[in-house]
Amino acid sequence: MPTPSQTPSGEGSRQKCGTSAWHCVTRSTAPAASDRRGFFSQAIAIACGGLALLVPLATGVLVLLDPLRRTSALGKLIPVAPLAAVPDDGIPHEFPVVAERVDAWNRSLEPIGAVYLRRQKGESQVECLSAMCPHAGCFVNYDTESDTFVCPCHNSQFALDGAIIEPSPSPRPMDALETEVRTDEILVKFEEFYSGRAQKVVKG
Amino acid sequence: MKAFLDWLDDRTGCRRLVHEALYERVPGGARWRYVWGSTLSVVFVSQVITGVFLWAAYSPSAQTAWESVYFIQHEMPGGWLLRGLHHFFSQAMVVLLALHLMQVVIDGAYRAPREVNFWLGLVLMLLVLALSLTGYLLPWDQKGYWATRVATNLLSIVPLVGPQLQQLVVGGPDYGHHTLTRFFALHAGVLPGLLIFFLVLHVALFRRHGICAKLPLKKPDATFWPDQVLKDAVAALAVLIVVLILVVHPVRTFFSGHESPVNVTQLGAELGAPADPSNQYAAARPEWYFLFLFQFLKLFEGWGANGELFGAIIAPSLVLLTLFLMPLVGRWKLGHGFNVLFTFVLIGGAGVLTAAALNEDYQAQWTDGESFAEVQAVINQVGDDEQKIAAHFDNDVVRIREFHKQAGRYERYRKSREHLVSVEQAEREARRAVALASRPSGIPYSGAVTLLRNDPKTQGPKLFARYCANCHAHQDPDEPMAENGSAETSAPNLYRFASREWIAGLLDPKHVAGPDYFGNTSHSEGDMVSFVIDTLPEWNPDDVHKVVVALSAEAQLPSQADEDSQDGALIDAGRKLIANEDHCAGCHKFRDSGELGMAPDLTGYGSRQWLIGMISDPNHERYYADNNDRMPAFAKDGGDSSQNILSARQLGLLADWLRGQWYEPAAASTAESSKRSADKEKAKVPAEPSTADENATEATAKPADEENVAEPSDESNDSDNPASDSPDEPSDDPEAKEESTEPSDDDSGEPPADEATPQPSGEPAEKQDNGQPAEEPPDPSTDESPDDSR
Repeated sequence: MPTPSQTPSGEGSRQKCGTSAWHCVTRSTAPAASDRRGFFSQAIAIACGGLALLVPLATGVLVLLDPLRRTSALGKLIPVAPLAAVPDDGIPHEFPVVAERVDAWNRSLEPIGAVYLRRQKGESQVECLSAMCPHAGCFVNYDTESDTFVCPCHNSQFALDGAIIEPSPSPRPMDALETEVRTDEILVKFEEFYSGRAQKVVKG
Repeated sequence: MKAFLDWLDDRTGCRRLVHEALYERVPGGARWRYVWGSTLSVVFVSQVITGVFLWAAYSPSAQTAWESVYFIQHEMPGGWLLRGLHHFFSQAMVVLLALHLMQVVIDGAYRAPREVNFWLGLVLMLLVLALSLTGYLLPWDQKGYWATRVATNLLSIVPLVGPQLQQLVVGGPDYGHHTLTRFFALHAGVLPGLLIFFLVLHVALFRRHGICAKLPLKKPDATFWPDQVLKDAVAALAVLIVVLILVVHPVRTFFSGHESPVNVTQLGAELGAPADPSNQYAAARPEWYFLFLFQFLKLFEGWGANGELFGAIIAPSLVLLTLFLMPLVGRWKLGHGFNVLFTFVLIGGAGVLTAAALNEDYQAQWTDGESFAEVQAVINQVGDDEQKIAAHFDNDVVRIREFHKQAGRYERYRKSREHLVSVEQAEREARRAVALASRPSGIPYSGAVTLLRNDPKTQGPKLFARYCANCHAHQDPDEPMAENGSAETSAPNLYRFASREWIAGLLDPKHVAGPDYFGNTSHSEGDMVSFVIDTLPEWNPDDVHKVVVALSAEAQLPSQADEDSQDGALIDAGRKLIANEDHCAGCHKFRDSGELGMAPDLTGYGSRQWLIGMISDPNHERYYADNNDRMPAFAKDGGDSSQNILSARQLGLLADWLRGQWYEPAAASTAESSKRSADKEKAKVPAEPSTADENATEATAKPADEENVAEPSDESNDSDNPASDSPDEPSDDPEAKEESTEPSDDDSGEPPADEATPQPSGEPAEKQDNGQPAEEPPDPSTDESPDDSR
């Protein structure tokens, strides 16, 4: 039995297989259609096929884009510590920021970040710096030996007021956060900012 | 058979396919230099195989990713090998890619007509790198979490669409479940799919053009099968052997300076502690083959935001562009030379940067810290004040320059040392997480991170450092996690507080006024100090010893349970001495004797409940009352008041840590701990109905353990809510408490009848009535009791 490829095939030439009433075409070449009809069929074919694939794809992309409409719960005043927990010694003290965190289907009270709180001698006003490095978002350490903030990732270094100590890869000083003291409790407006930028741009 | 094959070939044309695949002509015979592409394909297939099996056991969510990887690594037989293979094959793939690229460039195999195939190869390279980047996050351990945070933060500086891009990749404004599901979809679906697609094109084009034979041909032509396949297979096997060696003896053990682990489940790929956004991770580094990029970023210090943009986005893009343009550049007369040079500079530069990064991080390992003693002394003296420096060196320019050089070297050494400490700390937390996860009670639904957050051994040192170390030392040479001892402490050293050694020191005329006790406090000239210095020397030393033993027994320290139960007679004698109003009870209250208000109550001295009360409010009449020196009240208001500096949970963690009361796995327990815990069973502890405990060490650590297990389930809302620590506080039945807080534990032994005496929490006065005050239960559910007693 000759293989289909060996069969000279011309317009309408067909190979039949099987012996039953069912016939299937093993190979044929398309009849030469008029250009206009060809264009029409091609356009319809592309449109139908494209649509058949586009609908599932678009649906998927729609779901995939969901995070763009979700906004961060940050930016509210969050109680971080009682005033008594920050002695007025001018030394930064690290505190976790516990707040409601929404992680997709979970909603829980969790530590969502950390801040450094500092109080100057005799003052009740509290300075607050985000512990997140403005360079690439690592956690900045307070280095007691040099009395500075040092980022362990790329060695950004900051003074106690958050100012950059050159040379530093960080494009801006540490991010200061607004604080408020209410009935001996320190509240911090906890925000995150895009890292790697010279300006503080709030995330979310 | 032949008839069947004929039939199959007729229907499918498979013979021709196989023939085409196997009998491709290799001009000049098979050569080793052609093996790179094939080994890469074999490694990729191995990655698909190991990856699919890992997939079958992996669960991508913030509560289950680490947990499932832990389970693969430590619980499933051979899991460590499977993970190790997948991990090190991925690294092998990067190395083989570099070799393949070098070989293609050197041989000029990118030139016409193979330009398109070269580009396909570069696309494949990017896909492989993307696979390793996405795979790094999936275990959801601290290392992957923080490294990926940095990587995705860099995304946000992409011009125009950066922030949106970042949010899409991260799956929301914050890292969480959807970060994992997305990364996993990329890692196991999209990227491998694309890779297979491009690999098919790559191989098809390769077949179309044939091998780019190295001229001159030295041997007669051969066919792909079996000559080249043999060499390819041998090379693939060699790669496997290298990977297996790495699995069994990871390079990290070399760099971290540790000995090889003994337990097989510690072999293979590393698994850090579970990701914790609130727990800083100073040891974050990208995978080694991205270290050069990491180091490259450091070159742009002082460039501000532009440096970041240039280092992380523009420069790598330019390098890629140059690679993509190679086929076009190669047409130029000197083009090939340029391409080869560029490749070598690129790979050489990456090598140098990688070495620099490693040197920066690990130099403290091979640098002698002593050599900086001199420069360190000068720095301590003059700081960074240029004028003082100049004055110190008598304005000698040469010496000043030398000093600055030395100071710079010292600074680098110091940073490296800090990095090593961070790595050490990270490894310790990782081991601890595994130890806690492998407890018989397992990992709670809230995830393994809550195990660490509620572990006294992990949290105690942190809490102590934050709240106590300003005044108190806690100097333990064997526990580097407790590096809180500072030279200028102004309150007693709390290391092994209330232990026999500690109390013996307190009652030692030589030490009581020293820096480890009352030396730097207002008590240094108080009644206690003068009693110890003036009166105690007149005592019979045996009596002092009895008091030490009896008072220390009040604490019921797990580490001393053994001795305490052996020395019953001594303790009884000591108690009588303490209760004598001419001795201790003259000032102190002890059970039925003495009055509160003059000096701390010695009933249950150093016990969990006593400590929590003391830390909560040292001004309370049960403690120092009006004689309190400077110690703040950390939870004066009791309950869940937001005015409290420490929550009930934190108080419990701190007290447990000070008392050395935490879970230790049986395998790691020392002879001492098993000894003391075996004894614990004999000891009559009302709230400890663990007489039938099969695991001796478990018993030791039970009280702390209970809290750990009981809490995580409601961790989400109790992080600062002490009330949830003891939901059944009013219950007087120790067994009921036991069951409600610890439903999953294995010990349901009946409490001996005579020990089941109810212990109304926080009422030391009542304890005297039941005649068993010394057996005060270290039950976590009593942990608010001091507040109640006030």
